[in-house]
Amino acid sequence: MKPPQVTPAAIAQPTPQSLTLSGCWNALGIGTLEQQLGSVRVTVKADAVADASQIEAFDTVGAWLLQKLLSRLRSDGSGVSLQGLRPEFAKLLAVVAQQLGSKDPNQNRAASADRGATMLVRLGQEASAALAQGAALLGFIGESTLALAGCVAHPARLRWRPILYNIRSAGFDALPIVGLLSFLLGVVVAYQGADQLRQYGANIFVADLVGLSMLREFAPLITAIIIAGRSGSAYAAQIGTMAVTEEIDAMRTLGIAPLELLVLPKIIALVIALPLLTVFADMLGVFGGMIMARTQLGVGFGEFLDRFVKAVSLTSYAVGLGKAPVFAAIIAVVGCFQGFRTHGGADSVGRQTTRSVVQSIFLVIVADALFSVAFSVLDL
Amino acid sequence: MPAPSQSRENVIEVSQLSTHFGDHVVHSGITFEVRRGEIFALIGGSGSGKSTLLREMILLQRPNAGTLRVLGHDLGKLADAQALALRKRWGVMFQHGGLFESLTVLENVGLPLREHTGLGQRLIDDIAAWKLAMTGLAPEVHAQYPSQLSGGMMKRASLARALALDPELLFLDEPTAGLDPDSAAGVDALVRELRDLFGLTIVMITHDLDLLWQVADRVAVLADTKVQAVGSMSALAQMSQPAVKKFFAGPRARAAQEQSRQQERQSAAVPQGAEQIEVAS
Repeated sequence: MKPPQVTPAAIAQPTPQSLTLSGCWNALGIGTLEQQLGSVRVTVKADAVADASQIEAFDTVGAWLLQKLLSRLRSDGSGVSLQGLRPEFAKLLAVVAQQLGSKDPNQNRAASADRGATMLVRLGQEASAALAQGAALLGFIGESTLALAGCVAHPARLRWRPILYNIRSAGFDALPIVGLLSFLLGVVVAYQGADQLRQYGANIFVADLVGLSMLREFAPLITAIIIAGRSGSAYAAQIGTMAVTEEIDAMRTLGIAPLELLVLPKIIALVIALPLLTVFADMLGVFGGMIMARTQLGVGFGEFLDRFVKAVSLTSYAVGLGKAPVFAAIIAVVGCFQGFRTHGGADSVGRQTTRSVVQSIFLVIVADALFSVAFSVLDL
Repeated sequence: MPAPSQSRENVIEVSQLSTHFGDHVVHSGITFEVRRGEIFALIGGSGSGKSTLLREMILLQRPNAGTLRVLGHDLGKLADAQALALRKRWGVMFQHGGLFESLTVLENVGLPLREHTGLGQRLIDDIAAWKLAMTGLAPEVHAQYPSQLSGGMMKRASLARALALDPELLFLDEPTAGLDPDSAAGVDALVRELRDLFGLTIVMITHDLDLLWQVADRVAVLADTKVQAVGSMSALAQMSQPAVKKFFAGPRARAAQEQSRQQERQSAAVPQGAEQIEVAS
């Protein structure tokens, strides 16, 4: 059997007082007839006839258009009558006529009114939403702190299994990517510095350059950014999906605090794992710098390490490492917070995940800048 | 669009259909047909393969053997263009709605029209709004997103979307599951009304005994990988196979049956809507 042939719907006006309708008046056959119908005019005041006997197919769309045409012509003052419509089509037309007749023309417009909101209104809405989110984040930090305090008071409530699991998934499993990227970063820093240092014959100072920049800034920052993208997003997606599937609600009704089960283990695990990853990144970054120093500047490993010990104080190392737990807390809290803000469906999970990554990277860099200011004031 | 000359043609023909997932046999040699203009129900216990059969009928899954003809096309031998044309001729209402989260209810219903026709935006919105009104959703709901709706409202919106292109064939997966009795009764009436108005053929999966007694013309009972029986509810009630009898035992089944009998007595004089269409055409 062939698929039914769709003859395009058509309207013709053989004489001024008659209309001939033909073809498939349905969603697929109506084509561009809609625009054409707007220009149909019946000039004669009375007794106009619309012949519908050639209509082959008829559905809601066709009925809707036909009824609109008829009521427009009638309101223009011509007494147009419809003839020859098949009985089953007429039944549908009657239903549509009833619906169109009862329809309040303002009904749809009201619904779409808020779409046309002005720029200023939207700006206000965005701003108040951002403020509300900030307040909610503050509230979430408070709740998490209270939960943490509760766990410190009763250490038996601390869940070690998820903590260890999270240390593995966010820490150990991230070793290759963190190691590779910080190694490359060390290579790049040494390479960029090599040219300048060679001009002054200050080749040995490459150890100062690589050591200080990697240990104080680059290693903690690149590690935090990788982990924000890797684990922060996973936290948001996991908690978000659980919120959508009502698992969080189920947890609450079973008397399990979601903060204790889902959030605290992640925060604690990341606060432990991120400094360890940073140490690893320090080592690989400096190693990358050493390799560049030897190939580009002729500074051997022994010389490099000699200078490195003198140039980089323990304070510098501690300053870099000290930032890591703060970054870890930011990433875990923002990831979990955005996860809990998921409501609705799958769409929302994706949105909150993106938001968690963007916000945690943003906050990590802001925190890093604040650290720099604080350290320079403290003269560290 | 009921074709008047062929008012009793088969819309769906399933013959010797077999499906298995690995070693697990779901269907073995299923044969039945659905006639134009009837409301056909598939029933069976959980895991009896109703949903798989439905998915095979709407081209979401392929059977391992046997033929499946829908609207005259053999689903096993469809070219992509034919499959698309066929998909426009049926509507599917999914059990959990299957509404797109990123679109409002009105946009969800208008989507098939926007994708497959060249109609203007205002006309699409008007028609989508009407379909929503037809399924009993208030205009306030139109601008909302699916996640803001209750389960019953989601089903109605999903039904409205299934009806967007005025299909000839409508598949309903558990149309009343999870609805309150009042809404479920509304669905009963709506399904009948739709059939009468558009001459629709409706295939549904349901466990709702009221819906089966009130609305279904014929019912196929799936059990033990086969169709155990096909017939009207009152015919099935007389049968003796245990798989069929299960549906007629118990207080709930008897109550639904009793209620249906009473209504039949009251409305014995009023002819069925579907017959009216056939006489008229």
